Amino acid sequence: MNIECRGEAVNFATGGVEVGRDLPLVVLVHGAGMDRTVWSQQTRYLAHHGFAAMALDLPGHGESGGEPLSSIGEMADWVSEVIDGIDQGPARLIGHSMGSLVSLEVAARHPGVVERLVLLGTGAAMPVHPELLGAAERNEVLAPQLITSWGHGTRAHIAGNPAPGLWMRSGCQALLERAADGVIFNDLAACNSYEAGDVAALITCPITVVVGSEDKMTPPRATSQLVAGLSDVDLKHLDGIGHMMMIEAPDRIRDILLGALQ
Amino acid sequence: MVDPDYLKFDTLSLHAGQEPDPTTGSRAVPIYQTTSYSFVDTEQAAGLFNLEQPGHIYSRISNPTVAVLEERIAALEGGVGAVCTASGMAAFHLAAATIMSAGNHVVASRNIYGGTHNMLNLTMPRFGITTTFVDPRDPKAWRSAITPETRVLFAETLGNPGIEVLDVPLIAEIAHEHGLPLMVDATFTTPYLMKPIDLGADIVMHSVTKFLGGHGIALGGVIVDGGRFDWAANDKFPTLSQPYDGYHGISFTDEYGHQALSMRARAEGLRDFGAAMSPTNAFHLLQGIETLPLRMKRHVENTDSVITFLEGHDAVTWVSHPSVSTHPDHELAKRLLPKGAGAIFSFGIAGGREAGCRFIENVQLASHLANVGDAKTLVLHPASTTHQQLSAEDLVAAGVGEDLIRLSVGLEDPEDIIADLSRALRASQKG
Ligand SMILES: Cc1ncc(COP(=O)(O)O)c(C=O)c1O
Repeated sequence: MNIECRGEAVNFATGGVEVGRDLPLVVLVHGAGMDRTVWSQQTRYLAHHGFAAMALDLPGHGESGGEPLSSIGEMADWVSEVIDGIDQGPARLIGHSMGSLVSLEVAARHPGVVERLVLLGTGAAMPVHPELLGAAERNEVLAPQLITSWGHGTRAHIAGNPAPGLWMRSGCQALLERAADGVIFNDLAACNSYEAGDVAALITCPITVVVGSEDKMTPPRATSQLVAGLSDVDLKHLDGIGHMMMIEAPDRIRDILLGALQ
Repeated sequence: MVDPDYLKFDTLSLHAGQEPDPTTGSRAVPIYQTTSYSFVDTEQAAGLFNLEQPGHIYSRISNPTVAVLEERIAALEGGVGAVCTASGMAAFHLAAATIMSAGNHVVASRNIYGGTHNMLNLTMPRFGITTTFVDPRDPKAWRSAITPETRVLFAETLGNPGIEVLDVPLIAEIAHEHGLPLMVDATFTTPYLMKPIDLGADIVMHSVTKFLGGHGIALGGVIVDGGRFDWAANDKFPTLSQPYDGYHGISFTDEYGHQALSMRARAEGLRDFGAAMSPTNAFHLLQGIETLPLRMKRHVENTDSVITFLEGHDAVTWVSHPSVSTHPDHELAKRLLPKGAGAIFSFGIAGGREAGCRFIENVQLASHLANVGDAKTLVLHPASTTHQQLSAEDLVAAGVGEDLIRLSVGLEDPEDIIADLSRALRASQKG
């Protein structure tokens, strides 16, 4: 399936299978400066377990066309248009980090396109460290390094990728280094200036929130503030895991997703 | 200024890839000497076989001990992943077979390990993959050898036998201008002396057999995936960017992006070609890597001492190592190899072939054998051993004169290495 939005190609991973047109649609939205491949340990599993899984590349990210959108709201409108265009009914929307804010906004602005939310590494606000923002603005490799450094729990910095032979730290850094100049800054600035406001009050669908005890990018404190304002929410804690939880704890995230989506 | 809280090189040499075993508490990496792994249930088994979830199935494809070594080397190189193989030759083959098919072409440095040269020059053409060899110091030669069928540029970080220093940033730029990856064999430098991925290389391979292991007791190879090269930017790499029937139509770049090469090399290459590393070898090689930074520092220090001695010796006509100011890559080495240009080099002995033979027969501490990168000092006189079938003219063409002695400086006390060489040099001149 090829899709376009606003005249630009929308790229997505499907777990290597044709999107099942009669299956419930699951849309996965990546975080700042990243792309669809952050979900590589989950997409294929979901695709083989009864879902039409689509891990999107946001505009100007990965292989999607267009320019990066400069606010969370604009990204949410775009995701909503993409889901509408797929024309497969409301989606189960899964977002990580910046993608979690985008998912929240989609549910608040366009309730008709979302029937369930799963938010990973999220918070009521996402203030960005000024030095990180500065490094991103100057397109320095320090930006990918700081995100990688703060984005992983202590364990992940040493060892033990469940996927044999893959090294998480460089994996994350290389992914971010592949972003075109300006993309990381665009995304971090969007996170930095985002205010959830009353969004929570507008959301009617059930929500699952996953928090890693060692998340330094969206610390458990920030997650708690968000959760406090939500009504139908199921909070899952991951001990010893940082912000890059889909990669740090792929099996547990897969199980949580499967539980939340069914 | 804030810095990333990254664990540093020496710490990674000891820890990367391993935590104490969760079930036994074993601090050392256990040797998982097993061929296969029990499945939890049919659901999990199917998921593993279908790349839906990570884990071990069969030790030809992955093994927990080998995985620690893979993660550790990837960490030291700054790569997104690594795949270990039975030998360095198997590593080269795995990389080549993963990114190329019949009809494709390689541009390679002509100053490379003889085994790799044979594979490219004689063996790969039988499978439809041809190579043009170029002078690694000549950027024009690299550029003009590239054809529409070229898929990779290949060289050693330190060449053979002249210890040519590869200008990695320059050759990487040439490769990238043509939408091609640069693959380097970094066996002689190890990640302690140079990190080729940081300099622009896309694939790094090692004969782990050498300095990484350091003890000369186990063969092994590895390819490290830099993760920065975009395999889907053109249509040259269909094994990575097109659907693959071997896993129900998966496209490795679509699903794994920056880790496509690591994933395909394992899922197809280890599965089908089967040149897997044994868990016990991985264990031995891990013991070596724990002390890599300490050993490499000492290798370089000893090399400096030995070179100073040789340069002042009457029976030595020349010494070829990038640390010597007459070496053509002296300045480049200062820039790319600030910690030293390795412990392997050659020198010329007065009296040619006969003197070379006598020298070799009179060393006692140094070992006469065809290997490099051992903890022990090794010597070889190619004209009377590996290259003995060649005439004097052919030897010169191969860059291996009759008078050439190759040394791989070990970790012994430098005074003892020098005393041994001194004795053998004296004997070599009594013709
Ligand atoms: C530079 C270099 N590359 C590759 C190899 C091949 O490695 P192995 O002997 O582990 O197959 C060697 C081994 O001699 C080597 O010196």
